[in-house]
Amino acid sequence: MRNPSNETLCMLEEKAYQIRRLALEMITYGQVGHPGGSLSEAEVLACLYFSELNVDPQNSKWPDRDRFVMSKAHGCPGQYASLAMRGFFPLEEIYTYGAIDSRLQSHPDMRKTPGVEMSGGALGQGLSTAVGMAIGLRHFKKWNSRVYCLIGDGETNSGQIWEAAMAAAQYKLDNLIAITDYNKVQAKGFVHDLMGIEPVADKWRAFGWEVEEVDGHDVKELLEALHRARHIHVRGKPSMIIAHTVKGKGVSWMEFNYRWHTHAPLPAEADKALREISCHYCRPEEGYSRFGTDDEILKPRSEGIITDKPA
Amino acid sequence: MSEMEMREVFGKMLVDLGRENPDIFVLDGDLNTSTRTDLFLAEFPKRFVQCGIAEQNMMGIAAGMAAAGIIPFPTTFAVFATKRACDQVSISIAYPKLNVKIPGCYPGLPTGKAGATHQSIEDLAIMRAMPNFLVVDPGDNEELRQVMRAAVAWDGPVYFRVTRPAVPDITPLGYKFEWGKAVNLRPGTDVTLIGTGFMTYYCLLAADMLEKEGIKARVDHHPCLKPLDRDAIAKSAKETGCIVTAENHSIIGGLGSAVAEALVETAPVPMERIGVHDKFVECGEVPDLFVKYQVRPEDIVDAARRVIARKKGKV
Repeated sequence: MRNPSNETLCMLEEKAYQIRRLALEMITYGQVGHPGGSLSEAEVLACLYFSELNVDPQNSKWPDRDRFVMSKAHGCPGQYASLAMRGFFPLEEIYTYGAIDSRLQSHPDMRKTPGVEMSGGALGQGLSTAVGMAIGLRHFKKWNSRVYCLIGDGETNSGQIWEAAMAAAQYKLDNLIAITDYNKVQAKGFVHDLMGIEPVADKWRAFGWEVEEVDGHDVKELLEALHRARHIHVRGKPSMIIAHTVKGKGVSWMEFNYRWHTHAPLPAEADKALREISCHYCRPEEGYSRFGTDDEILKPRSEGIITDKPA
Repeated sequence: MSEMEMREVFGKMLVDLGRENPDIFVLDGDLNTSTRTDLFLAEFPKRFVQCGIAEQNMMGIAAGMAAAGIIPFPTTFAVFATKRACDQVSISIAYPKLNVKIPGCYPGLPTGKAGATHQSIEDLAIMRAMPNFLVVDPGDNEELRQVMRAAVAWDGPVYFRVTRPAVPDITPLGYKFEWGKAVNLRPGTDVTLIGTGFMTYYCLLAADMLEKEGIKARVDHHPCLKPLDRDAIAKSAKETGCIVTAENHSIIGGLGSAVAEALVETAPVPMERIGVHDKFVECGEVPDLFVKYQVRPEDIVDAARRVIARKKGKV
């Protein structure tokens, strides 16, 4: 969006706040998930799902819709929160995350979750599928539709990401807009210590992409970059928005901390985290909604599980 | 014997299918004149996507295309499709059951002189173990054409092999390919020779040789490894009492293993597997490779004699 109004910016900040809350709620209740990366991507997802993406929650297969691929698949709690908030499925369903028979798998499953465009989990694969979708949209003459793809900085280690980058430039896919959630921390440490990706912006440019760098927690910068990517950028080049973010953003003891890459907080920790997030956003203090109840975390179901018939 | 190499039949059938369906695309990993997808490129250049030497990306692109409504044929050698891009085929295609049709070209021994890195002896083992995939090794040109048509009609992932050279015709006149169905090509009572792909032809040759010794060998052709015709296997086991399987593949994980799995659960009988004995293959003249790796009709005959002896308790 060009020149977003203050009202829009406030609305999107509110959405980012809700995404952070819901992501932590579902990760804590399900005792599975990736809090650090779910918190770093909140503004990016808010801008996508509440401003940029043309999607219809009542018709998740609407042929003219924009596509969004979570190549950084472990960040799906943020995506699920966004989808629920948009009305793709009931909000309460987030508490089935990680449970048996759930429509919300710990990595996205396009056959189970309304609104999820591609299954994922093995990093490095989603961008290739986004390239395929972009080619597909052109074949079906969906000139106004776009494909968005969120990738991770650790994921940028992966060779397949660069194969997809080459292909996108080769096929001049200007209907493809990728975003890197550059939160500087991967699973076991800082990206620059493990397998540095700098100079990453130069790398994407060298691969033939139109590149911008923004503060990934500033919704105004994000919206304006997304607007340029969709409407202004050089024809014939895919776009990459490198969003500089903070892993664990909003919870001081999670920020920059690789230990919170894939570690579900316990109810007491989640309560503390959520209170801190509400303070960070100047909202009334609100902790983990199930803290101190008999239903603090998901328990194994004792009955009612349908088994597959033998083949 | 058909004059046309199977890979050429494949290339021409892709063009035929492409004429019938405007949403069929072919993807290539810099092998198109070898796999004969160059024929599709010549006819439908806008529906041919060159991916270069990047098979993992190619499979991912195919997955995304299928999600958007295209029917893609990401085509490469069987080794690259199933080993190099195994995770991509599994996670991006099999897991979400996307409508991608993967031709595994140049399987097994008759792969020219490219050597071990290009001769796929594990692709059936790998693809059999992947949920949601149909897995087929067509026995001749007519069957290949029908398999390709059936693959397009099927809504879901399909893996099928495309042999490089010309292979003899084995399917009878009026043959209709069906998923998960074997076809009996020759009656017999003493042993059943089960083949897949062109190896069924070698089973027929072996049956001729066995006839001269007074042994009546039944020959069943199983193009589908998945779904497998377990009923046909059990029936043949009960009626003949022993089985030999023959495949252009390792004896581990492919047809032999699939048949053994079915037999053990339905009608256990003595069984032997003809295929590559857990070795990488090598460069050589193709007939020499068949001799060295013991995948000839003569080897099927030897196995049949052994398995009949075991059936009779003479071993």
